[in-house]
Formats: sequence, structure tokens, C-alpha cells
Amino acid sequence: MLAKRVIACLDVKDGRVVKGTNFVGLKDAGDPAELALRYAREGADEIVFLDISASNENRGTNREWVRKTARELDVPFTVGGGIRSANDVRETLSCGADKIALNTAALARPELVSEAAGEYGSQCVVVAIDAKRNGSEWGAYANGGTRATGRDALAWAQECERLGAGEILLTSIDCDGTRQGFDCELLSKASSKLGIPLIASGGAGNASDFLDAFTAGADAALAAGVFHYGKLSVKDVKEFLAGKGVSVRCGELK
Amino acid sequence: MKIGVLDYGAGNLASARQGLERAGAATAIISKENELAECDALVIPGVGSFNAAMRRLAPLREGITAYAEDGGFVLGICLGMQVLFDEGAEGGQTLGLGLIPGSVEKLDAKKLPHVGWNTINQKKPSALLDGLDGEWFYFVHSYACTPACKSDVLSTTNYENKFTSSVQRGNVAGAQFHPEKSGAAGRKMLENFITMVRK
Repeated sequence: MLAKRVIACLDVKDGRVVKGTNFVGLKDAGDPAELALRYAREGADEIVFLDISASNENRGTNREWVRKTARELDVPFTVGGGIRSANDVRETLSCGADKIALNTAALARPELVSEAAGEYGSQCVVVAIDAKRNGSEWGAYANGGTRATGRDALAWAQECERLGAGEILLTSIDCDGTRQGFDCELLSKASSKLGIPLIASGGAGNASDFLDAFTAGADAALAAGVFHYGKLSVKDVKEFLAGKGVSVRCGELK
Repeated sequence: MKIGVLDYGAGNLASARQGLERAGAATAIISKENELAECDALVIPGVGSFNAAMRRLAPLREGITAYAEDGGFVLGICLGMQVLFDEGAEGGQTLGLGLIPGSVEKLDAKKLPHVGWNTINQKKPSALLDGLDGEWFYFVHSYACTPACKSDVLSTTNYENKFTSSVQRGNVAGAQFHPEKSGAAGRKMLENFITMVRK
């Protein structure tokens, strides 16, 4: 039976992980490959890197960390943030990323999704959608959640599926950073409309939040801060889920 | 001992190679028929569509077939496993390498692609899957093979419906999952493969 995935997200700036982490000896920055490996050892099913480098130039020159991660990490990893063109897609995949995540660039030019899927296959194309609630609907936001696009987030998710996206990474702007749980209403609506896997993001605070996201229909759930600051470990989350009868992967051989 | 990783322009070449090296193998990227003779085993990686892969593989078809018929070990991963079969439906019905009898068809499932970690149920004793029955592996695919001979099935996996997740016919084997992305279990499978080649 397919496992529900627990995904750890790391912010990378100029080739280094930013945000504090709970790992010994590392405070405000770390090596992306090294930190990803530690999460993988803890049982993370996938790693998502969000490149928040200030300029394209800094991204280009620091793709070396993607290569290093690809050499060392033995679980799948996605790279998102600032992937604006078919050329960026190609470069990131050729450095060894298993998947790329498109967000603002796909909103600006939806054909980028079909171009990437046509060239490299849907399996490596994740579309990240930042959704903000407005009454009983959700709007899709661009530029790191700062700019309203006028698009309905769920309609945009469906369009991405038609364009060939392999997965949707759906972040609730309202819940992000609150640690009060995922937006399960959003997840439930999205899940009922999509025929491709859905990754929940934004709001994880404790292990039961992951259970709620999966119950709402998410296929995977992603968290960043709650793992970094030692509030929760991937292992704790998985043990809790397994205890509740959710199919999760044990990271060690039987 | 050297394992050749076939470069035919169908992606994930580097990750397959790195997985083999982490498991202790010496590897070489090969793209020409005459390079096959220097390899103790051939790994065919691949992501993308069956049709596109076979177009790229066409110039190497005879070389690969001869290599396998001479007893060379072949391991296909994901799409690299699918092309081992007689034919595939993805991108239009297309002839495969024909090393294992059977066909490749779209998975019978509502939600595709089948992405994520799933378990394998071993169907017969196998050096390749030694110690791995019931373990978790990483899958990402929408098509799967149906071997004509049940005895070629090494394992099955359940995703909405049951499908064949690994095969072996003599010295030719394939895995629908990605051992190079499957943590400790994947590493063990690649170590098993290396052990088979060394014997």
C-alpha cells in the first residue's frame, strides 16, 4: 500500500541552509546535502529545497549544492524557488534534482508547466501554489505569497493538472507559520478536484496535524520550521501516524 | 568489476550511477555498442516515455540484445525496466527490446502518476531481492509491465490494483521502483545486484 509521505522543507540561500535547525553543531546555516541527509536518516520520505537567493546570479553560481546533494542523498529531492524558464528547469534537473517546483513563473506563463512536463515527464514537475482564503474561496498568490493574481487557487491547480503537472504542493498562506494545523478545508476541496497527488503545506505544529491533512485527502504533508526548531522530529510524526493506522514508511530495514 | 550505465539521453543517469557507486560499484557511463564488451553488467536507467526512449535506444538494440544473449547481466530501472519488454503503449504502441516476454500498459488506477513509497511482495526466491521482501521503495510512474510468463515476476506491489514491481528472466532483471532513491532498502538491492555480478 502506498505510504503517506512526510516531507521536510529546507530554505537555501546562496548555497547554504538558512533558518535555525535542531541538529547539533549547526545554528543558523548548514550544508544543504548534510542537513537533507540527516532528515533522510530520521525517516523523511522526501526533501524539498526552496532557493531563496536574492538574485538569479546567486542561484546560478550556487547550483553546486544541488550536485552535491544529488551525489549524497538517497531519497528524492525537489528544488523550487526562482525557477523561471525552461532553461532553469533543464539546469536544475541536470544538476541532479529529481523534481523541480514551479510557482510564480507558471502563473505568469502556464505553458512552462506543459513544456517542462513534455520535455522531462510529469513525474518531475511539481507546481507549488500559495493559496489565501477569501471567504469560502482561495486565491492563488505569486511572488512568495505577496501578490494576488486574481486566479482561483483550486481552478489553477486543476489547470496545472491538465498542463501536465505531476504533483501539486499546496501552501496555505493563512496557516503558514502558525503551527495551528494545515488548512484541511482547502486540502479536502483540492483533493476532491485533483487526479494527481497533493502535498499539504503550511501550518504543521504537531503530529496530529499530519493525520488531519491525510484524513482531508493529502497524499503527502510538508513541514519546515516545526522540524528545524526541534519541536517535532520526522520520526515522532511517523510513529504517531503508524499508531493511528496510517500507512507510513519505516526508514530502517526490517 | 565495472558496471556500465547506459546513456541514451533519457534522464536520471547521474542518480542511477551515484546509487551504484554508493553501493560499492565502479561504474562507467557508456553510450556505444563497442563499450558494452568492457562492462561486467549493464544498467539501463530512464525516465520519460516508452516511445521516446525506444527511439533513442534504436541504434543500440542489437548490441544490448547480443550482450544479454551472451549472458551479460542487465538491470533496467523504471522506464529502463519497461523497455526490456516486447512492447509498450505509452506514446503509441511501440516495440521494446524484447528481452522479457510481455507488454507495458497504463496502470489501472484513478490517481496517476503512482508517486511515493510503496512495499514489494516477493513472489519467488531471488538473490536480487534477498532480505527485501516487504520493504519500502520509491516509485514514480504511470505505466507498468505485464510479463507473459508468471515465473519472471520477482515481486508485486499494490496501488489501487496489484502490478508487477520487479522482474527477472535469467540474467536480465528490472525494477519499476528507483533503488537509487529508496534509502537503505534501495542500497541493499543495488548491493545484491553487485554481488550477483561478482559471482
